[in-house]
Amino acid sequence: MKEEGISSVLINPNIATIQTDSKFADKVYLLPINRNFVEQVIEIERPDSIMLSFGGQTALNCGVDLYESEVLRKYDVHVLNTSVEGIKLTEDRQEFKDAMVKSTVPVLDSATAYSYEEALRVSKEISFPVIIRVAYTLGGRGGGVAYNEYDLQEIVQRGLSLSMVHQVLIEKYVGEWKQIEYEVMRDSVGNNVIICNMENVLGMKVHTGDNIVVAPSQTLNNREYHMLRDAALRATTYCKINGECNIQFGLNPTSDEYCAIEINARLSRSSALASKATGYPLAYMAAKIGLGYTLPELVNTITKVTSACFEPALDYMVVKMPRWDFRKFELVKRKLGSAMKSVGEVMAIGKNFEEVIQKAIRMCEIGKDGLVANNGDEDEYASITKQIENSKANHDTSVIEKIEYSLIHPDDEIIFNVVRAIKVGFSINRINKLSSIDPWFLIKIKNVIDKENELKNSKFDLHLIEESKKIGFSDKQVGRCLNLQEDQVREFRKKFGITPVVKQIDTLAAEWPAKTNYLYLTYNGKSDDLSYSNSTEDRSIIVLGAGPYRIGSSVEFDWATVNMVFGLRKNGVNNISIINCNPETVSTDYDVPDRLYFEELTLERVLDIYEKENPKGLVACVGGQSANNLVSKLSKYDVQILGTSSKDVDNAEDRSKFSHLLDVLGIKQPPWKMFTNLDESKRFANTEGYPVLVRPSYVLSGAAMKVVWSEIQLEQFILEASSVSPDYPIVISKFLEEASEVEVDAIGGTNEIVIGSIIEHIDNAGIHSGDAMMCVPPWRLNREIMETIIEYTVKIGKALNVKGPLNIQYLVKDNEVYVIEANVRASRSMPFVSKFYDLNLIELAAGSILGHGFPTIDNEHWLKKSGFGIKVPQFSFMQLEGADIVLGVEMQSTGEVACFGNSFYDALSKSYLAAGYSLPTAGAALITIGGTKNKEKLLPIVSLISALGFKILATEHTAEYFKKSGIENVELVYKISEPERHPNILPLLTERKINFIINIPSTSTIEKYVGMLYDEYQIRRKAVEMGVPVLTTVESTISFVKTLEWTKHNKPTVRPMDSY
Amino acid sequence: MICEGQKIPTLLNRITDYKAKLILDDGSIFEGKGFGFPTSVSGEIVFNTGMVGYTETLTDPSYRGQILCFTYPSIGNYGVPSQKELDDFGLPKYFESERIQIRGLIVNNLSNVSSHWSCERTLDQWLFDEKIPGVCDVDTRELTKKIRSNGVMSAKIVMDKSESQNDESFDYDSYNFMPEVSISRPTYYGKESSPKIVLIDTGTKYSIIRNLLRIGFQVIRMPWDSSIDQVMLYNPTGVVLSNGPGDPIVCKATIETASKLIERSIPTLGICLGNQILALAGGAKTHKLKFGHRGQNKSCLDLVSDHTIITSQNHGYGIESESLDKTDFEVWFTNTDDKTIEGIKHREKPIIAVQFHPEASPGPDDCLYVFDKFKDLVKTYGIVAP
Repeated sequence: MKEEGISSVLINPNIATIQTDSKFADKVYLLPINRNFVEQVIEIERPDSIMLSFGGQTALNCGVDLYESEVLRKYDVHVLNTSVEGIKLTEDRQEFKDAMVKSTVPVLDSATAYSYEEALRVSKEISFPVIIRVAYTLGGRGGGVAYNEYDLQEIVQRGLSLSMVHQVLIEKYVGEWKQIEYEVMRDSVGNNVIICNMENVLGMKVHTGDNIVVAPSQTLNNREYHMLRDAALRATTYCKINGECNIQFGLNPTSDEYCAIEINARLSRSSALASKATGYPLAYMAAKIGLGYTLPELVNTITKVTSACFEPALDYMVVKMPRWDFRKFELVKRKLGSAMKSVGEVMAIGKNFEEVIQKAIRMCEIGKDGLVANNGDEDEYASITKQIENSKANHDTSVIEKIEYSLIHPDDEIIFNVVRAIKVGFSINRINKLSSIDPWFLIKIKNVIDKENELKNSKFDLHLIEESKKIGFSDKQVGRCLNLQEDQVREFRKKFGITPVVKQIDTLAAEWPAKTNYLYLTYNGKSDDLSYSNSTEDRSIIVLGAGPYRIGSSVEFDWATVNMVFGLRKNGVNNISIINCNPETVSTDYDVPDRLYFEELTLERVLDIYEKENPKGLVACVGGQSANNLVSKLSKYDVQILGTSSKDVDNAEDRSKFSHLLDVLGIKQPPWKMFTNLDESKRFANTEGYPVLVRPSYVLSGAAMKVVWSEIQLEQFILEASSVSPDYPIVISKFLEEASEVEVDAIGGTNEIVIGSIIEHIDNAGIHSGDAMMCVPPWRLNREIMETIIEYTVKIGKALNVKGPLNIQYLVKDNEVYVIEANVRASRSMPFVSKFYDLNLIELAAGSILGHGFPTIDNEHWLKKSGFGIKVPQFSFMQLEGADIVLGVEMQSTGEVACFGNSFYDALSKSYLAAGYSLPTAGAALITIGGTKNKEKLLPIVSLISALGFKILATEHTAEYFKKSGIENVELVYKISEPERHPNILPLLTERKINFIINIPSTSTIEKYVGMLYDEYQIRRKAVEMGVPVLTTVESTISFVKTLEWTKHNKPTVRPMDSY
Repeated sequence: MICEGQKIPTLLNRITDYKAKLILDDGSIFEGKGFGFPTSVSGEIVFNTGMVGYTETLTDPSYRGQILCFTYPSIGNYGVPSQKELDDFGLPKYFESERIQIRGLIVNNLSNVSSHWSCERTLDQWLFDEKIPGVCDVDTRELTKKIRSNGVMSAKIVMDKSESQNDESFDYDSYNFMPEVSISRPTYYGKESSPKIVLIDTGTKYSIIRNLLRIGFQVIRMPWDSSIDQVMLYNPTGVVLSNGPGDPIVCKATIETASKLIERSIPTLGICLGNQILALAGGAKTHKLKFGHRGQNKSCLDLVSDHTIITSQNHGYGIESESLDKTDFEVWFTNTDDKTIEGIKHREKPIIAVQFHPEASPGPDDCLYVFDKFKDLVKTYGIVAP
């Protein structure tokens, strides 16, 4: 739009994305995406047109709502790209089916249902198993496969409650079919092309978001490829798609029978993947088409001479691999199916499937080096073999059955379960029958296993090592097979000239000369596409990205990476490379850096690139903890780290060294100690008193961290924790109850520390900083405390010689300030702080790592700002079947929003709405509070709820307490586990008679699983599934209820981001 | 090797372990591993950017005399189906002629496994059976870049375990492939009651016949050097000039017949080589392209409808733009990228021709309407069969 001289207004409350930086759209509104707020923005801005297809399902749904409520007509706003009528054709299940029939594209037997009874009738007609899809939801939310009536009832009821139109689609289930997708571009005059097709390795069984996806398709012949291509074009022509869309097909693996599954009339996760897989910028082209261009009028942005009206030809293969974070959630069901559960993904590029899948596994950063030869594989395999031998002797089939089950019901380990099955002797045929994975992929996996065996049985065989490298073995894997260290393998193979080559992605398989900077490395080639100069002038800077999105490292590090590149450019650096492998990011847009290496962030690969580039230095402080963790290893290879030195990074990361530093500086910290054995730990905990916080060193987002309340718990946990990271001892510190948590974002320069802001958590300490609601500027801290915090920050920053970003976390209790930890890297909150204060911290960091001084900044600028910014985490509990929602020291949120306001509640009310909370104005609140202390604390709030006109529903003890305390409108309700007693919570919930829930476990059970009552868990789980807000801490309850009070008398402000 | 009892046939390649080389005329050498049949050959080296369709591509007679390099790296994935599997018209479903036409095959990664419900042999086995050599593990991107910048050229495949040492070089441009690719006597396809079309076979793909049958014609496939009188003997309602290999000027007899077709205003469709022959017959000139157009992703603008379509292409020669101005033909299609001529039509007479492959196979079906356009012309102008 900018290129066309069109001014744009962006509405998005996602604070951490680069999209909401002020340098892109002309105006940014950080607001909830719903009709109410969007209409207000339209009223203010009076736009000519609106684009609905770039903001995912959320934007699309909002657009349909705006259209149907006549808002768009009222303000004469045109919908660019596919019309709302077209969108509805693809979104409404029945209309979609009719449209496909009219375009002679087959569909599966299906029918829509508006009630359970109806659903049951059609399911019987179609015959079980059936798949239930929910109209107008994202990520397959709420859907599922029903094998019987029992499954059907559960899924249909949940689905109906989630659907905007209370509609579900019941469809024949074809789990063993192939799942094939096509990305279509179509313009207003009817030119249309396929940009990319993709094949889902796990077939129709698993949602494409959770599937391992390969592009282009691998097992389709010409007839099938073009049969589906033709169908895609017919279907999208009928729906009058304008711009980009994705269409999914099911294809019978034993014939050419096929059917269309669905069309997404918008940019989707698959489109993002297709863009990165081909180098064809789908969103850019779709925007231009929306503005009226035809495809032939547009130019291929990579070749700059050929037309954009063509179909990319790939001379490589890509694999997308999802990243799941189930281990963060206890009780969660890990099974994959029709609802998406992954939190991020990676994309690997190479020449053959073996190579790309092994690369993709490494990119996921799940502690695996590939399909085989992983740490611990040998022991595990030995133990399985033994089990199988034993079971054979006892005629026990359970071990084999377990493997069979794991293939029939895939979970996040599916690919490794396939390896296991091959290793214990399952035939390819049998694995194919159980898993529905095409034999082609299975044999490719077997090729890797065979090569592992060859390597293990060989002496140092150069030819074999080269062959292994060609099918994606890392030096670590090769080393494990040959009993060598990673660095020894590296040294040997370099000596014998076994090194990877750099190849370009150019959209047309080298047919036209293209000066593309979009690169990958492979061993399946002989020459680099680029020539690297040896000149010492204008040497490059490499910036490491953050890898896959996961809990604890998400879009904020993409923001940081991109801003680092922009910042370096601002400081005169014009030769910048990025290494990253996340297809969902802007940092992997090839037009951001001067060269993009879509590659692994492993030591081996970073060194490969470093050696080719011979750069001035490498920036590792914007790629989150994974990039940061590479610093010490890279330093050993004489890699020039720009920013805080490797030694100082270690001084901050190593708890003993950091603690010693704090002691020297005279700064307090909660008492802690490092242990290697259990008895000492117990003694320490008993002396300091429970609760204590237990964790291994080098952690991110609270992985394997735990607050323990008793000796038994401590004993249990230590055994688990030490298995997580055997190289590092565990650390136990005193857990301060009822302390408030505060952070500081700052940037260090030569002998100078610039403060971004003090950030105050709304929740008390004990909730991971990634899950805590936070506020800038601080609104409860007193001046004295703030001065102490700033003084500490400057002291620590200087002592660590920080050059670049710095984030320090503090606890405040009884007017004392304690330091928890310091991170000398970009933090999760930096985009929030940067945007609120309009001071880009990463740009400042870019200057400082180059040794440039800071501009003059008042170190109390953050205090002088009026207004508030509040960041609220976004959770995905709905999608994570079974997960408990009580928060703890383990991070669980998958995203975040922030809104700005004139007052604390102005900002908070909008943030709540943006994060998906509803703010009810009337109705009933269910309250169950554990412990007398909590009940006392919340008494005034409960009386406020009552005064606001809400009916109060409470379980026995809570009801009794509040009645005694003189609160009116209290009604007794019974537990879910006592279904025979009425009124019961479960029917009240499903009938939507409860508007919000306060469910606070007693203080001693604040750490989630201690004495967790199954009944309370059920309430929380049901509430999440029904979309009812649940508050689980005292502080969040107070802020929520006060927000309800505020909204009763006030209207939230609607203004662009920069006007607060 | 076939895994027994499998619903999806899964076949593994034979184990071959010998080195092979591709030597280009400019002296560059690409090393790799041999597969298929261990023999040495020479031919013109060309590349194709299509990502699917090797069974169709390898049997396309237009590739006669050429060593083909696929830019897509993983080839052989879905194996090779049975030649006995026929379509509704009795033609082999997955093939474009009865044998492999290329002289040799160059790929990056030859899939060691073939898996597909229709698959009967591996690509490796098929090449072996038809005595065609292949080289894998070649840096095909580097090779493609070389052809792109230096143009197509002669090349040799040299096998370590070669049974025959073929050192003679081969001049693609002057070679007359017609005796090898055309049929020797007329062959009939389709119902006798349908209107007749004569297909002059300069190396036709089955799919051209398939599509003529699909739109309701009877097809008489005739040798490349059939005279106008021989053609007219059948009283055809229209004539189709097929695709084929080599330089069009070599096909003197076909050009001669084509000029008579123009003279007599017989409804005619030219495809690929047929397009060039019609242009030559009409007085235009053709020339060799630097590295040709071979792939399935080529966009062409239809100047009549103003629509851009994606076409399947395989040609090394083209019509010279300026030379067309002095003829009775005008441009129908242009290549969106390099603006070369991709189709022509006669200004007055029912004669049309396209440089791309409307019959696709392999490739997209966007331009099947060229056949319908031809059918309309036949309906309007054709001599009605008795």
